[in-house]
Amino acid sequence: MALQAWFARSEAHPGAPGLRCLALSHQEWRPVAQDLAAAGARLLALWASGNRTAPRVHAAFLTDQAGLVVSVPLSHADAPYPGIEDLFAAAARMQRSMADLSGVRSSDPDTRPWLRHAAWPRSYLPLVDHPLAPDPETALDPYEFVRVEGEGVHEIAVGPVHAGTIEPGHFRFSVVGEKVLRLEERLGYVHKGIEQRFTQIPILEAHRLAARVSGDSAVAYSWAYCQALEGLAGAEVPARAAWLRGLYLELERIANHLGDLGALGNDAGFAFGLAQFSRLKELLLRANHQALGQRYLLEAVVPGGTQRDLTGTGASVLRACLLQIEHEVRTLRAIYDEHEGVRDRFNGAGTVSADLALRLGLIGLAGRASGQAFDLRIDLPCDPYRQLAPAKVVRTEGDVAARVAVRFDELYESCRFVQRILEALPAGPHVAHVPAPGDGATGAGLIEGWRGPVFVALEAGPSGSIRRCHPQDPSWQNWPVLEHAIIGNIVPDFPLINKSFNLSYSGHDL
Amino acid sequence: MLKTLRQIASIGIATEPPPQADESLRIREGLKDRIRAVLGRALCIRHIDAGSCNGCELEIHALNNPVYNIEGLGIRFVASPRHADLLLVTGPVSKHMELALRRTYEATPDPKLVVALGDCGCTGGIFGENYASLGPVSNVIPVDVAVPGCPPSPTRILQGILAALARTSDKKARSVSAHLNTPG
Repeated sequence: MALQAWFARSEAHPGAPGLRCLALSHQEWRPVAQDLAAAGARLLALWASGNRTAPRVHAAFLTDQAGLVVSVPLSHADAPYPGIEDLFAAAARMQRSMADLSGVRSSDPDTRPWLRHAAWPRSYLPLVDHPLAPDPETALDPYEFVRVEGEGVHEIAVGPVHAGTIEPGHFRFSVVGEKVLRLEERLGYVHKGIEQRFTQIPILEAHRLAARVSGDSAVAYSWAYCQALEGLAGAEVPARAAWLRGLYLELERIANHLGDLGALGNDAGFAFGLAQFSRLKELLLRANHQALGQRYLLEAVVPGGTQRDLTGTGASVLRACLLQIEHEVRTLRAIYDEHEGVRDRFNGAGTVSADLALRLGLIGLAGRASGQAFDLRIDLPCDPYRQLAPAKVVRTEGDVAARVAVRFDELYESCRFVQRILEALPAGPHVAHVPAPGDGATGAGLIEGWRGPVFVALEAGPSGSIRRCHPQDPSWQNWPVLEHAIIGNIVPDFPLINKSFNLSYSGHDL
Repeated sequence: MLKTLRQIASIGIATEPPPQADESLRIREGLKDRIRAVLGRALCIRHIDAGSCNGCELEIHALNNPVYNIEGLGIRFVASPRHADLLLVTGPVSKHMELALRRTYEATPDPKLVVALGDCGCTGGIFGENYASLGPVSNVIPVDVAVPGCPPSPTRILQGILAALARTSDKKARSVSAHLNTPG
């Protein structure tokens, strides 16, 4: 069946614009996935719901024109369902996590646990069984890394505690001399039971937890969560609220890009860059604090709108701050571009070709640096992006330099976008009432965070509770690609290459 | 090169002079004096993310920017716990990070100080305790100072470090008096 036929059978899904949903039979699951893969769709999310007797598998895909959320009932909880790792490389770790958390197993060959490191008994299913207190017994889970063998090959094990102020994860390098033959990641160290925690928080309050799935993407997550909630509760968001959310999302993007551009300069041995960009980031955070009452916008997006309104004074503070930032970033970019040492480290490091990016499903910012020209703000826009679309930034080189260039260009676009929002912010209320949704209602939110598309699937439970909430970070798709990006590079370039992706551990480990 | 120099010259020193407010003044000056008095050298901090959402890490990074310029105060972040005087721990402590946190604590030389950072490090925060989360840092290792906030501002983090330093003098005094009281 062609893709159109599946879409013809689908219905509009509450929440983010452009999302369709489709209930499938067990037999239709592989054919749909095959058709989507053949059409070049990306796998956005994969999760399970239900109980031990009636589990369901859900997936969300993105084509260039729409998003498709499918759900499949499984005939037996114990029998494996057909895996889709051969069609979507990003599915592998998602399927392993579903086995760890929900007990549904795929037919794909890699059956190693992914998010479970023996912190809880294998028989315990956190997303199916009742909440459990932490088990006082701590045992190290034996984990089989893939061994690279041959003359002169040795392994370097790094982490989970790293040398800098970054999140924990383990990297196993197989190297010859300084050259990396293979990198294998092991993540899950900051798994803290977020999906189970969602079911213990009232549905009208859980946007606060969503904001803390990955603190650097607080606006993207809390907005995606609220989009899903407002969709399934049938609530309208006032125009002013939508515009303010757009403002916050771009402020978050600018802050993160400033931080990364400084850190990338530093990792290339140019400490001047870190000093300059971190100073600009501090200016922005202080303007945020002055205009919006918070340095980081963890509380800014609430169901129905925004926590507070923006005053005229606040708008002037942001406007002046962003004018200065944009002006100075242009100067700094010229310095980066002309600095031979920086250019030498950036160019050709950690290259992901457009072809590989397509095959592995690289998305978001890193995807746009490797020719994957997809940006939700332009391709599946919600308000205010429908009215004020930023220009899409795409590069094809796929190296550190390209990921730096995308950040610079997106930063300019976001500054321009924010100025336009501040000029034309619609009048009216900044928040509307959201009624408690009915039991069983489902919705999904989808927001282009600074790192890439942030997806949140939500199912309401009885009396204002959450039955299931699944957040999916773009890091799920991009972490496996980092393993490819480092191949053939030297070990000392890893921090630079890793930083150029700057993926989330917390958003991935949940 | 010329552009770089011009930028450096045009920005000048971004580090803020001691603020007018007494409270802030006390932190900076007090910090410097205490470090000299107590440690007689730079304070070395090892940061450990034991399960954070990465929000606290963003504000820890800010301490190193030219505005707060923590290195200018004599405080430095180091790569190994063996070089550290103080552990700055963000949480909640995930079950999967428990062992790494305990080992890092054991590797830190005495008198080791621990500052738990953020609402989650202090109480478990919004994540609480569950099958995968042990909650506050103090559930796993002894904590000297807890700095709440989500995330706490760089100034608050500095205040916490100051409070921890005050504890160091007590700890050192205790350990010296214990030594003096040892017969022989």
